[in-house]
Amino acid sequence: MSLDRRDFLKLSAAGIALGVFPGCATSGGEIVRKKGQRVVIVGGGFGGATAAKYIRMWSNNQIEVVLIERNATFVSCPMSNTVLGGSRTIADLTQGYDTLKKKYGIEMVRGEVTAIDPQKQTVMLADGYLSYDRLIIAPGVDFNFGKIEGLSAKVAEQSVPHAWKAGAQTVMLRKQMESMRDGGVFAISIPKMPYRCPPGPYERACQVAFYLKNNKPKSKVLVLDANPDIVSKKGLFTAAWKDLYPGMVEYRPNAMVVQVDPAGNIAKTEFEDIKADVLNVIPPMKAGAVANMAGVVNVDNNWCAVDFLSYESSAQKNIHVIGDAVSAPLPKSGHMATSQAKVCAAAVIELLQGQAPDQNPTIANTCYSMVSGSEAVHVANVYRFNAEKRAMVAAEGGGVSAQRSEVEAMLANYWLKNIMDDVLM
Amino acid sequence: MKMIKQQMFAIACAIGLALPMASAHAEVDKHARNLAASCAACHGTNGHSVGGTPLLAGLDKGLFVSAMKDFKSGARPATVMHQHAKGYTDKEFEMLADFFAAQKR
Repeated sequence: MSLDRRDFLKLSAAGIALGVFPGCATSGGEIVRKKGQRVVIVGGGFGGATAAKYIRMWSNNQIEVVLIERNATFVSCPMSNTVLGGSRTIADLTQGYDTLKKKYGIEMVRGEVTAIDPQKQTVMLADGYLSYDRLIIAPGVDFNFGKIEGLSAKVAEQSVPHAWKAGAQTVMLRKQMESMRDGGVFAISIPKMPYRCPPGPYERACQVAFYLKNNKPKSKVLVLDANPDIVSKKGLFTAAWKDLYPGMVEYRPNAMVVQVDPAGNIAKTEFEDIKADVLNVIPPMKAGAVANMAGVVNVDNNWCAVDFLSYESSAQKNIHVIGDAVSAPLPKSGHMATSQAKVCAAAVIELLQGQAPDQNPTIANTCYSMVSGSEAVHVANVYRFNAEKRAMVAAEGGGVSAQRSEVEAMLANYWLKNIMDDVLM
Repeated sequence: MKMIKQQMFAIACAIGLALPMASAHAEVDKHARNLAASCAACHGTNGHSVGGTPLLAGLDKGLFVSAMKDFKSGARPATVMHQHAKGYTDKEFEMLADFFAAQKR
């Protein structure tokens, strides 16, 4: 039997069709056809978007980059506490992904990842799949709602917002504060370390106090900290509370919230029940769910161990993890996520070209906190790779502000402007 | 004949020396690029600040190095930069300076 040209074409078509359905998990074919070497990135926050831009930039556009993101726009979590204080709106912190697409040729795919197959090197979405040579997971954090009885994602959305991802809940928390009575209690519950943005909850206490002082001066901010002490910029925050908001901020260490009653706005610690007018429970955190799908969660059931030369997972080959999801003595901050993203981007390019990555990664972090409408404080550090420990170690000389100042509030604005541009433009 | 041999030897030496230097130089550049990338959060991509902070792209090498050394020693007062400067070596100041000086404004 001989095949004529028509039969041959039919068979080829069948072969191609089979090729694009690698598993039963997908209903569609490949969402964007892979032409050359490709990196797929899941998560378009500070880390993921930076990795996407820098891989294109540093590979002279030689490596394909597909960036999967569930949200239509980027919203900066850093500085979002100022939305509560009133000096910014969420719109000020929001930017589109258009430039990444147009200027850098990054394929933007909006959607939710449903599964990851590390063997076949594919990422599944509802309407198809994407194959990769290397995968970068930048999932940020998700919340361990189960650790607090009575709390769930739904309760957080409806009445007890965490507002720990900038957006709808930030706006909701601001509205709850606006409708609070003068003389009311705004309670903030802080989870045990590690969590996203260590100074963030204390900055939030400042921003809430700033709003209350100007609008409802008889009110109180109650800080319930599961940690034994303020974990970041302690002297600066306590000075700000004492000097700027005297008698308004009450701080309680070792006060871990274990239960909430959303109907009564009650938070329960091991020792007491606290009735609040506004209840802001920041739940314990873990790596975003995509990390579980990739099989890269291998530290305390919550975080991801990586090789700090490349951010490749210690659990899966060809899968890298960056940002808040990484287990490391590094602050879970926006700047840190971008710094890790660049080390990862450089390494991924080298590895795809069959070369060794930079053996001496050295990165920096600067993190500002707004303590009022016009004054800020910071912490800054350089971190270097220690070959013996195979870990990132803080270099000498880092530290915090000498004191809060208006100059630093200006620097914080410059930081936001430049980092947003570095990530997205 | 002797002359030619000497010339060839000289050329071989030149190539032998030049090749490892060229590849070492490329490595240094990439590491410098990676080092400089952390500065972008405040000073913009490749030192192209989009507001407020000093423009590092195209900055004179000598000026960059002396500023960083002064931040490090405390000779030049700073709010943040002294803490970053202390985290880097003098050799890294040179590498960063070369990288930024080579960026077009």
